[in-house]
Amino acid sequence: MTTEPIIRPFLEMRGIVKQFPGVLALNGVDLDVRPGEVHVLLGENGAGKSTLIKVLSGVYAPEAGEILFDGQAVRIRNPHDAQRLGVSTIYQEFNLVPDMNVAENIFLGREPMISRLLGLVDRKKLFAQTRQVLSTFDLQVEPGAIVKRLGIAQQQMVEIAKALSLQCRVIIMDEPTAVLTTHEIDTLFRTIRDFKARGIAIIYISHRLEEVKTIGDRATVLRDGAKVGTVAVADTPVEQLVRMMVGRDLKEKFPKVSVEPGEEVLRVENLQRKGILHGISFSLRRGEILGVAGLVGSKRTEMARAIFGADKLDSGQIIVRGKRARIIWPFHAIRERMALVPEDRKRHGILACLPVRANITLGALRRFSRGGLLDLGREKKAAQDFATSLRVATPSLERWAMYLSGGNQQKIVIGKWLGTEADIFLFDEPTRGIDVGAKVEVYQLMGELVQRGAAILMISSELPEILGMSDRILVMRAGRIAGEFTRQEADQEKILHCALGSAPLPEIPSQGANL
Amino acid sequence: MSEAGLKPVQAEVSNGSQAAAAPVPAAAFWRRIPWGRIGMPLVLIVLCLLFGTINPNFWSTTNLTNVSRQISILALISIGQTFAILSAGIDLSVGSLLAFVSVVGAQQMLNFGLWGGIAAGILAGALAGLVNGFLIAKAKLPAFITTLGMLIAARGLALTLSGGLPVVGLPHKFLFLGAGAIAGIPLPAVIAAVAFVIGHIILSRTRFGRYVYAMGSNEEAAILSGINVVGYKILVYVLSGTCAGIAGIVLTSRVISGQPTLGEVQELYSIAAVVIGGGKITGGVGSMGRTLMGVLVLGVLANGLNLIQVSSYVQNIVIGAIIILAVYVDLARERRR
Repeated sequence: MTTEPIIRPFLEMRGIVKQFPGVLALNGVDLDVRPGEVHVLLGENGAGKSTLIKVLSGVYAPEAGEILFDGQAVRIRNPHDAQRLGVSTIYQEFNLVPDMNVAENIFLGREPMISRLLGLVDRKKLFAQTRQVLSTFDLQVEPGAIVKRLGIAQQQMVEIAKALSLQCRVIIMDEPTAVLTTHEIDTLFRTIRDFKARGIAIIYISHRLEEVKTIGDRATVLRDGAKVGTVAVADTPVEQLVRMMVGRDLKEKFPKVSVEPGEEVLRVENLQRKGILHGISFSLRRGEILGVAGLVGSKRTEMARAIFGADKLDSGQIIVRGKRARIIWPFHAIRERMALVPEDRKRHGILACLPVRANITLGALRRFSRGGLLDLGREKKAAQDFATSLRVATPSLERWAMYLSGGNQQKIVIGKWLGTEADIFLFDEPTRGIDVGAKVEVYQLMGELVQRGAAILMISSELPEILGMSDRILVMRAGRIAGEFTRQEADQEKILHCALGSAPLPEIPSQGANL
Repeated sequence: MSEAGLKPVQAEVSNGSQAAAAPVPAAAFWRRIPWGRIGMPLVLIVLCLLFGTINPNFWSTTNLTNVSRQISILALISIGQTFAILSAGIDLSVGSLLAFVSVVGAQQMLNFGLWGGIAAGILAGALAGLVNGFLIAKAKLPAFITTLGMLIAARGLALTLSGGLPVVGLPHKFLFLGAGAIAGIPLPAVIAAVAFVIGHIILSRTRFGRYVYAMGSNEEAAILSGINVVGYKILVYVLSGTCAGIAGIVLTSRVISGQPTLGEVQELYSIAAVVIGGGKITGGVGSMGRTLMGVLVLGVLANGLNLIQVSSYVQNIVIGAIIILAVYVDLARERRR
């Protein structure tokens, strides 16, 4: 870093302390941001990244520490203060009004007026100003388009345009690429480079280290609420970044356990659902991890949900352990000893305002009850055991699940099934949005499961994960099985080819590709 | 995210000491107090002391017996309401069901005698609950609309069945249910207390109870966890209807006639009781104990304000304000986290 020309930071956070009941979330963290840099925040889930940006954007008030802009100490008491100082935040969940158009969203609350008194909006000026913002940064969005009809990538562009129209000096982006396709990521990166050229700084949170290498200038690594260090991304190998994040060497990225596959436990034949699934057939054997690759929108989630009875099927057969199973509701599937770990943890996985204990034991509650009455002592003990063996980080088992980090939430969603007799597991994006350390723990858990004779179907949009963990790989395209590969013959290129298909897709998925 | 990293659960102790070592302002002392748990009992004690000081008659046996008798109806329907709200639903029909049950119970009592009438009344409540539950769980109608429909229809049914007139001529021994006492405690209060204990056990100690919380917290996740949400939801409303059935019979005994106009706006007070206690109107948070607190606060308020001679018009203003205040305090605490 000494060789770089010294660019003075315009934004400094010093000794930030944030305390939550029972947890010290930030313990004297420093961060400095220079104009025109992409400053990456790295850290495992729960390291304090989100808390830090929430302090900067005025959502949380810190207990101690100061924030300086251009050397002046400032107080950021609410998001409005942050906005005035030129701090804009783009969260993973967008803050857009779905039924309004792009221009109305960008200037929401700041519409140019013909008459303040009558509250008449100057629509001509509104559209002209919107066009100006959009064209300055070459954002490809139509000002008159209704936001809910736009794809995710375009909605993100609207958020960015909104930030730009506020004359911001720093944009905080929380995992902006998590929902984007490769092509859309390229566009986003082009836009980010454009910002850099104009001196706008980006604070960038991401779990994808390859991406950090591509776009990041400097990185600040947090661990357990404390700063580990700030490094120049170009001079720091990925392994070192990982070591800084987890505080130890991760020996294997994919701890694959090979188990001799046993008898067939699940076979589906010709699953049909109008407009969604078209003649899905495959089989799954004991001790096997069957990876399911495909583009986002290739209906992999829909397939898993249909097998599990969460969505209706028009026709097709599901054969479990050689017997035809009638699965209309998820509890039928569970009776067949199946388990589903859903893709969308917040919406389908956790019970946000129930304690960790109740979340973990929900699946196996029958085991802790006699004649309908629960044995709370045994339940608590079992929950404690699972939490310990899964290394769930929580100050107490009675803490609400919503206050846990993503990785820990995922562990309790998986943990829910471990106490049951389930031995056919449907994992839908089991490591989405969780950090490297927790990922490896999930992989190890999958290894333990297959060693115990379970069978796993793993849907994933991360090709390295598919290639690293699967014994066999199915590729889906537009609701069909487009190909099947053994672990030996599969490689990135073959799968991608198969997922994209040579012929044009019958339905172009609106969210596009994400591989 | 507010976790201090990936420490396993055993790190509980060290986490705690770490937090204690951090500089804590004096305000933190107040924050450590579990207000959620002791807040309402405190309010209740303060109210009792206040009313008792202004009018010592508040503590008289006659008055306390009166209070317990008065709140027993609200207590009974609030038990069912707690289940409905916890499961992320609501039961607006319970007020009208009191009248419906009263009319059906009284008419059948004339036909089949004391016990036949009581059974018919409770059954009528349970059946109305079954209809609610079926429409909500199976036909997937919003609980608010379904039970709003039932609120209006049950009242109409009560008026139709009775021709708008009280059903009179009930057996004299039926009086015992509403006016009798066991060891000096009014029978309605005993019934409500027993019902509360049973409700508490169901909610906190049975699988069904846990599933009610799960449905209310995240229905989709509950379904994917293998909970038969349709069945349990129906059960929730049957339970609420049954509570209204029992309450309706007790109320009928107190007025010793079948009355088609009973129970107006009681459904709203039962919702208020759940919410004042700290139950979340969107489901998943609350408990029988909390609801009991809500019922007691409402009961003591109404009685105490009477005793200190606040006009009934002003009473409504106070009670309304307290409902809003209770929810505000609850939300403010939650936002601070």
